[in-house]
Amino acid sequence: MFDKLDQIFVTALHWLVSYVPEMLRPVVSAMICIAFVMSVFPGVFALTTVLERKILGRIQNRYGPNRVGIPFTKIRLCGFGQFIPDGIKSLTKEDIVPRAADKVVHFLAPVVMLIPVLLAYAVLPFGKNMTITDYDAGLLFFFAVGGAVEVSVFMAGWSSRNKYSLLGAMRAIAQMVSYEIPLILSAVTVVMVVGSLNLSEIVKHQNNYTFGIAHWHVFTPWGLVGFVLFFIASLAESNRTPFDLPEAESEIIAGYFTEYSGFKFALFFLGEYLGMFAIIGLGITLFLGGWTSPVSFLTWIPSYVWFLSKLMAIVFVFIWIRGTLPRLRMDQLMNFAWKFMLPLALINIFVAGIWHYMAADWQRWLVCSAIIFGAYAILGRGLMQNQNFGKRIYRYAE
Amino acid sequence: MSPFFVITGIVTLLGAAFAMSLRNLVHCALAMAVAFSGIAALYLQLDAQFVGFAEILVYVGAIAILIVFAILLTRSGEAPENSVLTSGWMAGIAVSAMLFTMLGWAVLNSSAIPKEIPPAPVATVKNVGDALMTKFVLPLEIIGLVLTAAMIGAVIIALKEDSQKSKSEDGGQQ
Repeated sequence: MFDKLDQIFVTALHWLVSYVPEMLRPVVSAMICIAFVMSVFPGVFALTTVLERKILGRIQNRYGPNRVGIPFTKIRLCGFGQFIPDGIKSLTKEDIVPRAADKVVHFLAPVVMLIPVLLAYAVLPFGKNMTITDYDAGLLFFFAVGGAVEVSVFMAGWSSRNKYSLLGAMRAIAQMVSYEIPLILSAVTVVMVVGSLNLSEIVKHQNNYTFGIAHWHVFTPWGLVGFVLFFIASLAESNRTPFDLPEAESEIIAGYFTEYSGFKFALFFLGEYLGMFAIIGLGITLFLGGWTSPVSFLTWIPSYVWFLSKLMAIVFVFIWIRGTLPRLRMDQLMNFAWKFMLPLALINIFVAGIWHYMAADWQRWLVCSAIIFGAYAILGRGLMQNQNFGKRIYRYAE
Repeated sequence: MSPFFVITGIVTLLGAAFAMSLRNLVHCALAMAVAFSGIAALYLQLDAQFVGFAEILVYVGAIAILIVFAILLTRSGEAPENSVLTSGWMAGIAVSAMLFTMLGWAVLNSSAIPKEIPPAPVATVKNVGDALMTKFVLPLEIIGLVLTAAMIGAVIIALKEDSQKSKSEDGGQQ
């Protein structure tokens, strides 16, 4: 019964495809999978925009959107209908292109942004047997298409012929290039231990239970450090606070999409959130067990429910961080990436190697934790040097 | 040849042609990124997954961005007034056509290339990884060492040179 519920989408896909002539089957099956991604994740995006505004409102002691519900009725749905008027608004707004802008590149930039982001969903395992293309090197594919996003950011910033846009694009690319390295290096530890680049294989490796608790990678010393590094780097890769320098409203208006309006702006917005979901999905797959359940007595809950609830939980933490932390300065951003995260990620790879070759008992826990804790303390002290964290000095205009 | 292969091939060639012929250097760099992505797509259609992904990761993600940055930092944004083609372009085309014919003739008639096409080898990412970890482990280790040294070197270059000076600069900011 629960197995059937778990596999309901896979069965539905096979059932639908069986009605099509043999020759067209691969194409039709691919189309259905694309339709699935194109409907589910923009839907999650729509809900997240409302959720984000409501949570930020609560953090800032106000209500947030709570009026729009189902039109022509008195049902308000706590304001969760807000995304429909938002979408209509962005569709019907005037599309303004600056006179000096490079028209073709300006037009292409949002499209180029969205394509690699959507491609990244092709390799994510959303549930048991629910990977669209089960590439041998799925992880490599994910990082490869992720690298193409930088080109679109540059296209948007450069073609607008606006100094704020160009500054935002420069900041965004510098940030993405810097944080991609700890991101990939923290994922390498998982590849080393599992011995495969295939994301389904990585999830399968975590789908074992001892004393009813799952073997998620985050429950090991190297996995914990890897997950924290991955989490911080994914915050930076998706340009979220406290790493939102590329689109800092108070400094450079909106960064590389300052000159975009109407639906092109909405496409950028969509691309950014879909990129965030994709990278969170990868983090879940690598460290939080993908679609597996954390405890063995909850394995009857369908796998896609686990995946989506983990996704929403991390999205909530992202929103929480946005409501809590101030923005970093550029030098702090770069120092943090190159002097703290990069060395820690390298040491973490070393620790994962030790973990792999030591016997599975309490000693390897002790050795690995000691190395990581020592590295963390030394690197942290190094980062704090020359930063006099004394009493805050205020300077006022005379 | 499947139609997809032909389409990606045409897109790649068009990207390469535009990369040579457009006026604005940034446009050229973007056209080259298109050509790189097309090459990656061709590799993927030939089942060379590792090379295809590496092509996107390295060329589109890093080298195209590097080129674009170099153009932005060294030149002003204006496109040149004069024509892209130099005065001797006819002679250039003639010379390159002759060179291409000669090289093509030499390659086709070479005894080093077997006349029958050998069966396509299976080169999954796993095979590439196995080969790198067993047969080619020493070159891999050396490259890894060189790249790590380059990375540490970049960090050292980015470090502040004069700690005394930086202290006085940082003093008021906190």
